[in-house]
Amino acid sequence: MKPITDLIKDLADQHGRDRHNLLPILQGVVEQEKYLSEYSMIEIARELDLPATEVYGTATFYSFLEYTKMGKNVIRICKTITCSMKGEKQILLAIEDMLKIKVGETTPDGKFSLLQTNCLGFCHKAPAMLINNEVYTELTPEKVREILTEYLNQTTEGGPNVN
Amino acid sequence: MSTSYQLKRADFIFKNENDWEDVLRKSISRPPNELINELISSELKGRGGAGFPTGLKWKVTSEEVNDVKYVICNADEGEPGTFKDREILSRVPFKVLTAIAICGHVIGARTGFIYLRGEYFFLQNELNKAINEFEYYCKEIKFDFKIKIFMGSGAYICGEETALFESMEGKRGEPRNKPPYPSSFGYMGKPTVINNVETLAHTYTIFKYGSKRFYDLGVQYSRGSKLFSVSGDTPKPGIYELELGMSLADFVEEFGDDDTKAVQVGGASGFLVPRKRFAETNIGFQGKLVGISLPTGGSMMLFNSSRSMFNVLDNYLNFFAEESCGQCTPCRVGCQQLLKGIKAVKRGEKNAQYLDKMLKLAETMQFTAKCGLGQSVGNSFSSIVENFREEMIY
Amino acid sequence: MRKKIKISINGESVEVEKGTSILDAAKQTGVIIPTLCYHKDLCIAGNCRVCVVEIVGQKRLAPACATPCEDGMDVLTNSFKVRNSRKHIIELLLSEHNTECTSCYKNGGCELQLLASEYKIMNQDFINLVPFHNYTIDMFSPSIIKDDSKCIRCQRCVRTCAELQGVNALTMSYKGDHAKVTTFFEKAMNDVVCTNCGQCVNHCPTGALVEKNYIEEVWNAIADKTKHVVVQTAPAVRVGLGEELGFDPGSRVTGKMVAALKRLGFDAVMDTDFTADLTIMEEGTELLTRLKGALVDKNPTIKLPMATSCSPGWIKYIEHMYPNYLDHLSTCKSPQQMFGALVKTYYAKARNLDPDKIVSVSIMPCTAKKFEANRPEMHDSNYRDIDYVLTTRELAIMIKQAGIDFMKLKDMHFDRLMGESTGAGVIFGATGGVMEAALRTAYEIVTGREVPFDNLNITPVRGIEGVREASIKIENPLKAWSFLDGVELKCAVAHGLVNAKKVMDSIVSGKSHYHFIEFMACPGGCLGGGGQPIPTSPEIRAKRAEAIYAEDEGMPVRKSHLNPEVIKIYKDFLITPLGEKSHHLLHTKYTPRNRF
Repeated sequence: MKPITDLIKDLADQHGRDRHNLLPILQGVVEQEKYLSEYSMIEIARELDLPATEVYGTATFYSFLEYTKMGKNVIRICKTITCSMKGEKQILLAIEDMLKIKVGETTPDGKFSLLQTNCLGFCHKAPAMLINNEVYTELTPEKVREILTEYLNQTTEGGPNVN
Repeated sequence: MSTSYQLKRADFIFKNENDWEDVLRKSISRPPNELINELISSELKGRGGAGFPTGLKWKVTSEEVNDVKYVICNADEGEPGTFKDREILSRVPFKVLTAIAICGHVIGARTGFIYLRGEYFFLQNELNKAINEFEYYCKEIKFDFKIKIFMGSGAYICGEETALFESMEGKRGEPRNKPPYPSSFGYMGKPTVINNVETLAHTYTIFKYGSKRFYDLGVQYSRGSKLFSVSGDTPKPGIYELELGMSLADFVEEFGDDDTKAVQVGGASGFLVPRKRFAETNIGFQGKLVGISLPTGGSMMLFNSSRSMFNVLDNYLNFFAEESCGQCTPCRVGCQQLLKGIKAVKRGEKNAQYLDKMLKLAETMQFTAKCGLGQSVGNSFSSIVENFREEMIY
Repeated sequence: MRKKIKISINGESVEVEKGTSILDAAKQTGVIIPTLCYHKDLCIAGNCRVCVVEIVGQKRLAPACATPCEDGMDVLTNSFKVRNSRKHIIELLLSEHNTECTSCYKNGGCELQLLASEYKIMNQDFINLVPFHNYTIDMFSPSIIKDDSKCIRCQRCVRTCAELQGVNALTMSYKGDHAKVTTFFEKAMNDVVCTNCGQCVNHCPTGALVEKNYIEEVWNAIADKTKHVVVQTAPAVRVGLGEELGFDPGSRVTGKMVAALKRLGFDAVMDTDFTADLTIMEEGTELLTRLKGALVDKNPTIKLPMATSCSPGWIKYIEHMYPNYLDHLSTCKSPQQMFGALVKTYYAKARNLDPDKIVSVSIMPCTAKKFEANRPEMHDSNYRDIDYVLTTRELAIMIKQAGIDFMKLKDMHFDRLMGESTGAGVIFGATGGVMEAALRTAYEIVTGREVPFDNLNITPVRGIEGVREASIKIENPLKAWSFLDGVELKCAVAHGLVNAKKVMDSIVSGKSHYHFIEFMACPGGCLGGGGQPIPTSPEIRAKRAEAIYAEDEGMPVRKSHLNPEVIKIYKDFLITPLGEKSHHLLHTKYTPRNRF
């Protein structure tokens, strides 16, 4: 993992330093860090010569740009209509039960954060969830426990090979 | 007695054709006007839901005098119950890329963007590979055109075209005042064509086969085929390409589970149609001869009798209250009022007449909200409350 | 000349230029359309939707502020549909607004309250949304109170902070039901780049952003018989105060203001103009010293251009934004703080008072002055130099509370010792005024002649353009200043921090060739200050400016160095500009700050 200042500088070199490059840079930081800290936002503002509040106001608009510390794996369970009809609650309970955290919380070991999200576009395969950028569909409590176990056992960088 | 149209399947969008190079080469050798006329005579209307005539959109933008113009493919597919654009981009990306480039040729743009919603991040790699191949071919035929992916980050409202521009410009995705319209003042203030993924895919069909082939499908005012994302209480959820103009009764016949109580046409921002209206409801753009016509971005969610319509509405309103950009009063406050209002009625804290007050509020939101989001919250609200009033109260 | 088009408003035909908004067109026909998010100083937002009108033939209503007239448009501003929708929108705003109106500081001055009263919203039964939000009131700043429960998200403050001031202390954050105006990471206003200029307060339609008021503290001091309460009034107050008390914008109420202050019970009513003149002596001398250091001694540590330091909003701005350029600031305190330091030393001694028993109050057009008075370094008298700062608006409140019929007051004069003013001191209240006053004095000191402008009016530095330039060539100076012979003194004036940024950026890029720059945080200078009457608009600022210059022209003495009390204080107390006493009491230093 790169130090944040280097990461931001590299991202700015890669995407550019204009206002319209802000989102890709925010996304790049979140990709590595899982969230945008106060420090990251100040550094991004400095690098792009933008007011820090503008960075903050923009970042907080987008659901995927978290601004509080997140775990290594961010679970986002779809709560929109079809997923909610097809058992999203049971999935949520299964995860809460397994990881011993509630929605909005992070496990003490920093491995998982649990969030809810709006429609993921997998209504025909509901219920669905994202773990980081990976999609998991047609979930059942058993299936979700298997998936999480894979993540728990994972020791190296990069996602596990399940689907 | 309404004229009944049988469900007519079509197979254009996902047809594996592998001839995009030909279509691109041939199309960009045709004069822009000819292509515009082709589109106009096809009567293709926007497949994102709003239904603006695509040919006219390209025409107006082509007439703008400006050195810099943009083509944007709107892949911020966020409407609950819609998942067709993801499927198009993963299965037939070259059709979309080709259409973007042809549009660039027509309006005089050299850059195209695909605004891909953050939820579809996993598509990015494959799509970038396709773009590389595509651009390589463009270079080969000396056609100067670049396509870039711009990733969203989780905001339904960015599917609104001007909010999408704001987002691409690195800002909060807050819709702009209109006028000015994208055709004159779009991304970075430049004339911009912004089309839904599926719309672009249809232009591919039209340019390849000619407008007649497309026009011959569907019914008057609602020409062509359309992808439908079918979900909910159905034995066969998935994506289906059907001709426009079908009756909802036929649709339910095909996709229902014999217990269909209501169908949500057009996602959370569309209308809920109760069983008693299935026969008189047609799926297509306004102006059809008989019955009620409901336009849609293709989201068809079926509910059977086990579903509480209160819970459905509660889910929608939660969605809108969260996903509203929050800038204009009717949408920001209105969504919260509707959401808290139905709960208060359900709990008996407000009497049933409060529902009427909220119906009026929903109407005000339609008249006064700044963009399509706030204007359409009332669609599902009114159609659910009016048709399932009992379920709201007891 | 733009194309003329014809539209109809409520059946009446009106011809307007193409591009005119429906709102402006309606105004031309005498039709008033209510607004909230609209403000003449700011870009069009079109987000409150209070101004919606019906365009015949269209299903949806259109925001009058954001919709340009089209030829043949048929507009209805009071149709059934418009009235119902507008009422709904006001009700919605009230439902998310903390309607504790009777205990609100803005009670009677709130635009939402006024609309609610006009539309007679009597049976608002939407659900009160305030309890669903975890609102807090930020009271940490000595200048500004931010109460999120009263915010209606019109974003006037956000646009003000960004467009007029370029400070961006405030932003819209989050979205949907969570959307609200915040600072960076919701920090206290006191912990971010906020300059305390108060323009947000001046532009806020409700009580979401108000000045922190010290009215009760001042009443208590007045009531305390053991205290000697001294008050000073800033130049811009006398051309603004009237607006709060029944006068038209642009009315000069200097004499009535003094009379009112005496009636309120202040023990001495004196004038910040006096220390404005003193500032010219100190700052002018500092400038000439810097010029000598840079031009003759070639001392590289001497920084030019020199920037004025009267405006505390500007000072905090440069501390945050250009912390490496603080050496460019004049070390002079602002006139308020010079006054404060002198009241508890010079004045106390002359009047034989125990400085511990003196309460020093200032009436300012400014909210940043509250912060300035609170700065830890402002204790050079060995006491807190200024105890309380009131805005023009707070003074008006006190006058009303005291039952004073302001209109009927007879003019009175400021008290002596620190109450004498010149025209040069008065014009400190307008953008360009400090520059003009400085030039009147500096030129005369250097050459022995008056500035070569008709009737002393240095018109190139006056006006409303955001950045203005002027230069004066120095010819045949007096012997002591011969090194300035032939030097073209280049000056610039910037008002509104967004303009200050332009000038600062030119300094940073090395393109600036100025010697002396006047910076004022607020648009129009102090007369457009954040503590001035609400509303303040471009037209109102222009009228206040006219009044300031009229006040100047009516003064017998119009040059700071000829102010008899200024001459006296140097003779009796300070000895010489930039002398040891001055250095101790009248000069200060600055603090680099964070940029977020």
